Amino acid sequence: MPDVARVAARPYPFSPPDRLNLDPLYAELRRVEPLTRVRLPFGEEAWLATRYVDVRTVLGDARFSRAASVGRDEPRLTPRQIEGGILSMDPPGHTRLRRLVAKAFTARRVEQLRPRTRQIADELIDAMVTAGPPADLVEHFATPLPIQVICELLGVPFADRHLFHVWSEAIVSTTSLSPEQIHEYLDNLYRYIGELVQQRRREPTDDLICAMVRARDEHQDRFTEQEVVQLAAGLLAAGHETTVTQLPNFAYVLLTHPDQLARLRAEPARVPTAIEELMRYVPLGVASAFARYATEDIEVGGVLVRAGEPVIGSLSSANRDETVFADPDRLDLGRETNPHIGFGHGVHHCLGAQLARMELQVGIGTLVARLPELRIAVPEPELTWKSGMIVRGLARMPVTW
Amino acid sequence: MSAGWRIEVDARRCIGSGSCVGMAQAHFRMESGLATPIAAAVEPTETVIDAAESCPVEAIAVRDDDGVLIAPA
Repeated sequence: MPDVARVAARPYPFSPPDRLNLDPLYAELRRVEPLTRVRLPFGEEAWLATRYVDVRTVLGDARFSRAASVGRDEPRLTPRQIEGGILSMDPPGHTRLRRLVAKAFTARRVEQLRPRTRQIADELIDAMVTAGPPADLVEHFATPLPIQVICELLGVPFADRHLFHVWSEAIVSTTSLSPEQIHEYLDNLYRYIGELVQQRRREPTDDLICAMVRARDEHQDRFTEQEVVQLAAGLLAAGHETTVTQLPNFAYVLLTHPDQLARLRAEPARVPTAIEELMRYVPLGVASAFARYATEDIEVGGVLVRAGEPVIGSLSSANRDETVFADPDRLDLGRETNPHIGFGHGVHHCLGAQLARMELQVGIGTLVARLPELRIAVPEPELTWKSGMIVRGLARMPVTW
Repeated sequence: MSAGWRIEVDARRCIGSGSCVGMAQAHFRMESGLATPIAAAVEPTETVIDAAESCPVEAIAVRDDDGVLIAPA
């Protein structure tokens, strides 16, 4: 076994993001050095796990802790340290907060939102068709769809989207905003949600923020006001930035794999299977972060990780592990066995996973059904990709049909 | 003496999120990528309720010894 601890840490991410392409170094590391030392732009050095089985261990084994990141100079892509919140907690504290909102995001509850989501998607396509091509798929479809859905679920006025959509960038920004702007935007977001919380207290409504306020007021000792505000703000921001970005990413992948898109058009019932494959195939993150700290010595990928050391699990690399997925670098929209971990794994498994799935199924399903001639309206090199963010995505996506 | 509870995981619904294993590791484990109870009969405890209430696909059922569903509510 090589003494990897003496090898200098690699800068991570390994390379600047290149569209949706995954750095080939991940495949090499999975083969020869499944646990490797990395240095992120900020914070202390960490281990990076690249094999599926190891990533699941790091994310799923209770001996790995997120709470232990508090007070450490956590390895991260952003200058800002995450200040508390549900992602910096372990059970049972994490469970207490998660249960406050988990019910609203179960598969059963999300299914009830599907007809309304379809209606919103259809209205957006109607507006695009009425205005005529070209359109920007990011601005005219992928952005308003998830925002309207999360607004109605939480009870946040859709009319305020121009405010909180701007502020939400602070959650996914690395260098696109200055540290001062990130601070200011987060302050604005928390103040905005704090005011909504007060308003719900005075005038109760039938939405998730109001349910959170009621739970807080019935159990004063169970949740603090700050916890409720921070969680609601997190749901609003993280709950739409991700799907807003993935919808155009998925559309881009489909439009650049015309043979597979043609099969999907012929068999729209395969959309849910296709969405799972796109979740596996598209590396949303520029890199993984949210290191788990070992609470005791644990062997991972042939290396003894010492208690107190941080380990990052690469979701994108795990999803390309050739020991789990046959021909992993090939997009196969009909892939039947697909235990991808695109939504993470363990107690921090994406709270909004079922909602995101439904939105992506409806969004892509509607595009495929309503615009059979959809295509990218500019040559590939003219597409502009976002930069300075923790996620990969198109800044604009000019399309015609 | 005290009435026990029974826990079940519906393998057709389970998506292997690992949420229950992380929240209640004394009661659930992963097997071939899916969750399974370590023991079907358990002493009443809040942690299995937590796991059932937090499961994203409501694949976990907690019942009392009369078969009455306790969680998810």
